[in-house]
Amino acid sequence: MIQNSGMAKHSLRRLLGLLPTLFMLITVAFFLMRAAPGGPFDSERVLPPEIEANLEARYHLDEPLLQQYFRYLGQVVTLDFGPSFQYKDWTVNELMAQAMPVSLTVGLAAMLLAFFLGTLIGVASAMRQNTGVDYSLMGLAMLGISIPSFVIAPILILLLAVYAGWLPAGGWDWSVSSMVLPVITLAFPVTAYIARLTRGSMIEVLKSNFIRTARAKGLPESMVIRRHALRPALLPVISYLGPAIAGMISGSVVIERIFSIPGLGSYFVQGALNRDYTLVMGIVVFYGVLIIVLNFLVDLIYAWLNPKIRYDEND
Amino acid sequence: MPTLLQKFSLLIIAALSVGACNNENQEQLSGDRGRHARPVELILTEDGRPDPSVLAQGQELHRDNGEEPQTLDPHRAEGLASEHILRDLFEGLTAESPEGRIVPGAAIRWNISRDGKTYTFYLRRDALWSNGDPVTAEDFVYGLRRSADPVTASNYAKVLLPIENAAEVLSGDLPPSELGVSALEEFTLQIRMRDPTPYFLALLNHPVTFPVHRASVEQHGPVFSRPGNLVSNGAFILKDWLIRSRIELVRNENYWDAENIIIEKVFYYPFEDQSHALKQFRAGELHWTSSVPNNQFKWLQKHYPDELVISPWLGSYYFGFNLQREPFIENPELRLALTLALDRELLTEKVTQFGEQPSFNLVPPGIMDYVSPLPEWAEWTQDERNAEALRLYAQAGYSEENPLRFEIRYDSGQNNKKMALAASSLWKQVLGVQATLVNEEFKAFLQTREQKVLTQVFRAGWISDYADAYSFLNLFRTGHGGNDYGYSNTLYDSLLDEIAAERIPSRRRRLMFEAERILLAETPFIPVYTYVTKRMVNPRLTGWQSNVMDHHYSKDMFFLKAVSDEPAPVSTGETGMSTDTGLEASGTDQPVGGKNEESVAPGVDEEATITREKDGTSSGGAEA
Repeated sequence: MIQNSGMAKHSLRRLLGLLPTLFMLITVAFFLMRAAPGGPFDSERVLPPEIEANLEARYHLDEPLLQQYFRYLGQVVTLDFGPSFQYKDWTVNELMAQAMPVSLTVGLAAMLLAFFLGTLIGVASAMRQNTGVDYSLMGLAMLGISIPSFVIAPILILLLAVYAGWLPAGGWDWSVSSMVLPVITLAFPVTAYIARLTRGSMIEVLKSNFIRTARAKGLPESMVIRRHALRPALLPVISYLGPAIAGMISGSVVIERIFSIPGLGSYFVQGALNRDYTLVMGIVVFYGVLIIVLNFLVDLIYAWLNPKIRYDEND
Repeated sequence: MPTLLQKFSLLIIAALSVGACNNENQEQLSGDRGRHARPVELILTEDGRPDPSVLAQGQELHRDNGEEPQTLDPHRAEGLASEHILRDLFEGLTAESPEGRIVPGAAIRWNISRDGKTYTFYLRRDALWSNGDPVTAEDFVYGLRRSADPVTASNYAKVLLPIENAAEVLSGDLPPSELGVSALEEFTLQIRMRDPTPYFLALLNHPVTFPVHRASVEQHGPVFSRPGNLVSNGAFILKDWLIRSRIELVRNENYWDAENIIIEKVFYYPFEDQSHALKQFRAGELHWTSSVPNNQFKWLQKHYPDELVISPWLGSYYFGFNLQREPFIENPELRLALTLALDRELLTEKVTQFGEQPSFNLVPPGIMDYVSPLPEWAEWTQDERNAEALRLYAQAGYSEENPLRFEIRYDSGQNNKKMALAASSLWKQVLGVQATLVNEEFKAFLQTREQKVLTQVFRAGWISDYADAYSFLNLFRTGHGGNDYGYSNTLYDSLLDEIAAERIPSRRRRLMFEAERILLAETPFIPVYTYVTKRMVNPRLTGWQSNVMDHHYSKDMFFLKAVSDEPAPVSTGETGMSTDTGLEASGTDQPVGGKNEESVAPGVDEEATITREKDGTSSGGAEA
């Protein structure tokens, strides 16, 4: 309880720090985006000047850049990210509101799958260290880490969708069957990574004195693992989870493209290619907030799990 | 926390297990996996409609549309993805037949005044909006004015420019009410033109000219194009729009020809990845793809000969010269040398691979009433061309010791890199030219090209919105926004002005021929090939035809039954899913396509003839 006041102050400071970080992010992203050659209305079909003028007026691109910048800042404060240039019937808020749940669902499902499966494999390997089971599991994990998802995905599609016909080859209709392949593909490398992390730290933990004590007292091995070894063994995994979650729920461009999933990742890339200024900016702000908040949460969880780390007031 | 995690893990397990059994609805889309079911032979009734006995049970069409449409507001539409859907949703004054001829749409007939400057359209009196309101001339007046209104900020309003006062309205100098469009009577529309524009009727099936339902536009404002709000006058209405997932259209029961529309639902999907679309097609989930992956021609030709459809498209691929930068200023002989030295047969066979036609001029074939001039060297062998190229090259002062050096600039994507690489190596081989490749991201490339400062030789091309040679020729007008060549020729410009003002077809044709001839002689560009469209189509999908505009209305299409769907002679109550019983002996081994056409055509009028152009016949060099 005593440490908690230190933690609360620390949290508040971190949260306040979010604002200048975001402001810098918006400023840099805004001017970088505008510095890119070409504009949202450039295409091989060149617009007659009067039509281009009408378009620029509609989107305020005819104003001086600084004025546009302050207009944008004003919008962000009211959480209005403006109309999209590319998807003209929609505002950026609507687009993100549609894409975010998709990315969130796929990302979280994959993360949970990876976490449980990875931990399980890691523990199993650690318990049978240097046996055939260990080698084959870790070999598999190595494959999982080294084979990129743009290789795994088409193989899975060919096997399970084209030949077997069990699952749709892609697309997204919120049905569970349309989620299975992307979730597995996305979870694959993370599972492998978590398995290796868990195995390593588990082996370390199993050698420590308190485990020897537990065993000496005659506790069954399953109890030793669950009660005593798992929590310390998961510490490195937890610190890996923060960035991993941020990466996964913010949408994987590769996965989204291969499975035609309407998530955030491909908006970001397509938005940049189309010079869809407002859409890109909206996603940048969202990513910024997400990563800052997630890193903060991981710090908190880490401190809570690991008694060695506490934030004191002089921190 | 653990309980939450446990719940989620259960969810995942449930997901995995449900996923395995939740696929009945795909099953019905596909015949058998990998190979599509063959269709039965088409039988037409006396009035030219397909006989109900040959139609498949479900008439749901799943189309890959290439990308997410930018908008379903017809007046702000640009890009093929929007236009395909909007042509299903709306009906303009004119429409197109499956083979691409201009046919009456919302207007049942029209008069064109002697000077070609006044068009009077007589609208169908039985046409209704999807909410039951009649479609009147006022709707077209409102639509055209809205389209030209600067506030709408239409990207494609240039289509309207031939209309009287359109330019002034677009630039805000005149109010939209001054546009040369008026409703003479409830069902009579008059459009007055600035210039006689012989291709005007073809422009009228561009969404920018479509009518919109005034009351719903005014009621819903910027969201009038959403499902539930959008009132349309075409064969289909907008049912659902899951952005970047799918757009669902259903048959418009208020459409004047609804009883002849067989397709009940159309689903449009945006596939950014061609190989993914192909996998979906192979899994039977798509009936129509927007394209096919490059480099898979041989494989597709071998495994899907009936599904792969290739046909000429109204577009040219070429390289441009920057005529404002050395070494190409005032140097037509050198430009011709480079043009001659490109072995187009080789490029189309090895690089583009899909039966693209080598081209020697600007305007691609397929435009009615116009045949492009061919340069003299088009008849030569490649060796003769190379010899002449070498002579011109030497004459321009270049040699092995003093080779010509320049940059080829192109944008990433498609086959551009391969094409630039192949061209540079051919030039090196034949002439000893040292060309370096410069790759740029698309928008950056467009800007560089337009600025005409860095470019020397660059990737260029044009796919026309309407079937008229003027669309291509106008690109080389002095000061035209698409003139990235810096080409300027007063004689050529005055010819273009004459073409724009000319209303007698034969004279206009001669002027266009002359203009293109001048262009070819001056060589501001290097013709390479004419585009083709390449896509996979389910063999049971019938009623459409290849056309150079690549416009395919869903209302013309329908599904034939699969051969295996034929009911078994001894009925067991089940439809025949097994392939070894109940098959008509004629069905299984026969190729689709050609055979069917002949058995159908006699005695039916041209409109109703259902043909399916087979890939091989429509494109030369297909065996390569």
